[in-house]
Amino acid sequence: MSAPVHPSRRDLFGLAAGLVGGLTLGVASATSPPAPAASTGGGPPPEPLPKLPEATRVIGQASTPTSPRSVFEEAAAQTAGSGKVSGTTFAPLQHFSGTLTPTDLQFQRHHGGIAQVDPRSYQLLIHGLVDKPLRFTIDDLRRFPSVSRVHFIECAGNGRKAYRAPAPELTPQLIDGQLNNVEFTGVELKRVLAEAGVKAEADWLLVEGGDASVMTRSLPMKKGLDDCILAWASNGEALRPAHGYPLRLVVPGYEANLCVKWIRRIEAKIGPSMTRDETADYTDPLPGDKARQFSFVMDAKSIILSPSHPMTLRPGFWPISGLAWSGRGKVARVDVSTDGGKTWAEASLQGANTGMTAVRFEHPWTWDGAPTLLMSRCVDETGYVQPTYAEFVAARGLGTDYHFNPIRSWRVAADGAVRFVANPEVA
Amino acid sequence: MSRARITISHGGIAAVWVALILSLALIGGCGGDGQGDGRGASPPQRPPSEATAGAAGAPAGLPPVGAVVAPPTQLGLGSPADPALIAAWDIDVGPEGKELPPGQGAVAEGQGLYPQCIACHGPNGEGGIGPQLVGPTPKTGFGDDFKDHPRTIGNWWAYPTTLFDYIRRAMPQHAPGSLTDAQTYALTAYLLHKNGLVDAAFVADAQSLPKVKMGNQVQFVPDDREGHGRVR
Ligand code: HEC
Repeated sequence: MSAPVHPSRRDLFGLAAGLVGGLTLGVASATSPPAPAASTGGGPPPEPLPKLPEATRVIGQASTPTSPRSVFEEAAAQTAGSGKVSGTTFAPLQHFSGTLTPTDLQFQRHHGGIAQVDPRSYQLLIHGLVDKPLRFTIDDLRRFPSVSRVHFIECAGNGRKAYRAPAPELTPQLIDGQLNNVEFTGVELKRVLAEAGVKAEADWLLVEGGDASVMTRSLPMKKGLDDCILAWASNGEALRPAHGYPLRLVVPGYEANLCVKWIRRIEAKIGPSMTRDETADYTDPLPGDKARQFSFVMDAKSIILSPSHPMTLRPGFWPISGLAWSGRGKVARVDVSTDGGKTWAEASLQGANTGMTAVRFEHPWTWDGAPTLLMSRCVDETGYVQPTYAEFVAARGLGTDYHFNPIRSWRVAADGAVRFVANPEVA
Repeated sequence: MSRARITISHGGIAAVWVALILSLALIGGCGGDGQGDGRGASPPQRPPSEATAGAAGAPAGLPPVGAVVAPPTQLGLGSPADPALIAAWDIDVGPEGKELPPGQGAVAEGQGLYPQCIACHGPNGEGGIGPQLVGPTPKTGFGDDFKDHPRTIGNWWAYPTTLFDYIRRAMPQHAPGSLTDAQTYALTAYLLHKNGLVDAAFVADAQSLPKVKMGNQVQFVPDDREGHGRVR
C-alpha cells in the first residue's frame, strides 16, 4: 500500500496511527498485564500505570456524574486511531466482552468531520414523490411509537487491510474493527414515510446527511419500507455527535455507508441518484472489468477475538471466543476449527440473535503446546456459509475492494505467540 | 424450598405470595433521594381484594389487562414543509442532469479556481490528503490483482453529473457550499478536461454536461449475491 491514491483507500487513512497503537497494546486476558499504548489521538503521552493501595484499606473515590473507565483499561481504549475529518477509527474488538459495542469505542467514519448539530433547530425533511411534504423536529420524531433493536453496523470496506495488505501483526481491531453492534432506539422509517404518504411510483429514496459532506446515498424503497430505523439513541442514550446526533438512519444488514448520520433529508424518487458514494466509491471491482453496484448486504462473517494477536498463550485451557454476524438475518451456527480447518465443532452462541445482530460465540479449547491454526466460520439462517480465503479469491479476485468476509485464521506458534493468517494455504 | 413453592397452585396461597413479594419490594427499594433515608412516599398499594382477580392468561392475582395495542399507522405528526426549505435543500443532481441549475463554466475558468483545491488534491490532481482527481489510466484490470489501481474521475466515474453534484455539495472540504453554480460548472469542466474527457474549449452547462462521455470501461453490474449460499 503506497501513496493514498485510491479513492476507497481513504478508509485506511487512520490506519497507520491505529497500527502503532495496536502493536504496542497489551491484552488484559493474556499472560502479561496491559502495557500503556502509544497515544494515537494526538493527546498527551499515556501516564505510567499507578500503584494502587489495597482497596479494602482505603476509602473509595466519591461518585461522579459520569463514570470514567479504569486507568488499566484506558490505554486499550485509546487505540482507535484517526483524528482525520475524512477517515476511520477502528473499534478495539479484542477488548470487548459480550456483544454490545461500548458507545465511546464504536468505530467512526466521517466524510467531512463530525458535525455539531443543535437539536433545537434540527429538522428532518421528507419530500419528493409524496402526498404531502413534511418536516419533523426531533420532538416530533420522539412522539412516534419507538423501537429498540440491536443491529450491527459494518463498513463495506471492513477487512480491507487484512485482504489487500495482510500482516501477521494485525489485531482484530485492525482486521475487522469497523464493526459496531448497538441497541438503537428510534422510530421505524416506514412510520415517518407513512405520514407523508409515499406515491406508488416511487421506488428509491435519496437519504442525505446534514454534515459538511452532505452525504447522499440511494436506498431502495423496499428496504426503506421494511426494517430501517431513524435512530436518536444508541445503547440507551442520545447518539454521540460522532455517530450522527441528533438523528441517524440505521439500515439493518446493509453496508454502514447507508446509515447516514445527521440525516436531514429523505426524498422519494424514481430510480437511484448515482451519487458519488454509489458510483466512484462503494462499487466493488470484480475480475473481467466488471464492478458490482448497489452491493448493499454485508455477507456473513466471524472472527475469533481471543486468542488473537498480540496474545501469547501457555499450554492449558483457553476459551475460543469471538463475534459472528450476517446482513441476511440471524446467525444459524458458528463453527470453530483448532486444526487449520480439518475438523470443525459447533460453538455455543451468546447474546440477542434477532437478525442482523452480532452474536458472541465460544468454544472450549485446551492448547497442548503444538503449533496450530484457529479458525471460525459463520453460517447464517439463509444457509450462507462464510467462505475460505481460496473460495473468496476465486469469486472476487485479488483486486476487489469491498465486502471482505473470508475466514480469518490465527496461527498459534510453539512459543505461544498468536499471529494473523490471511491465506492459510501458504502459511 | 423453591420447589415446594412451585407445587402450590392454589389461588389463595399464590395471592399471599404476591402480597409478600410486593411488600418486600417496597421495603427493599433503593430509592435514595440524596437525604439518605429512602423513606419517600410509598407508591399506591393494590388492595388485597384486587390481587385475587386474574384474567385468562394473565398472572394470577392481577386484574384483567387489555391486549397489547398496535399504534395507528398515521399519527398526524410533523408539519407541512415550506417550499423554501425544500428548494434550499433539494440540491441533488441525478444521472440525466434534469436538476442541473442555470449558469455555465469553462475549462479555463476552472483552472483559475483550482488553486483552492491544490492543498488537498495536489497541483495536478495527483492526490494528497484528498483522493487523486486526475488519472485517465488504467481503464481495465481493476478486480484482477493487488495492482492498487487508483479509481478516478478519468477511469471509473460513470456520470459527469455526479461530479457537479459532489463538488457543489461537499467541496472544497474546508469551505463546503461556498462555490457558486457557475464556479462548480467551471471546476467540473476543468477536471473533465484534465482527465482527457473534454477539450480545452469545453463549456459546461445544463445541456452540455450530461452529454459528456465518461472514460470508464468497467461495467457496473447489479448485486447477484443473494440466494446462493456461497460467496459470489
Ligand atoms: C481540505 C482538503 C480539501 C480541499 C481543499 C478540497 N478537497 Fe476535494 N476532497 C477532500 C477529501 C478528504 C475527499 C474525500 C472525502 C471523503 O472522505 O469522502 C475529497 C474528495 C473530492 C472528490 C471526489 C474524488 C473521488 O474520486 O471520489 C472530488 C471530485 C473533489 N474532492 C474535488 C475538489 C475540488 C474541485 C476542490 C476545490 C474546489 C476540492 N476538492 C478541495 C479534501 C479536499
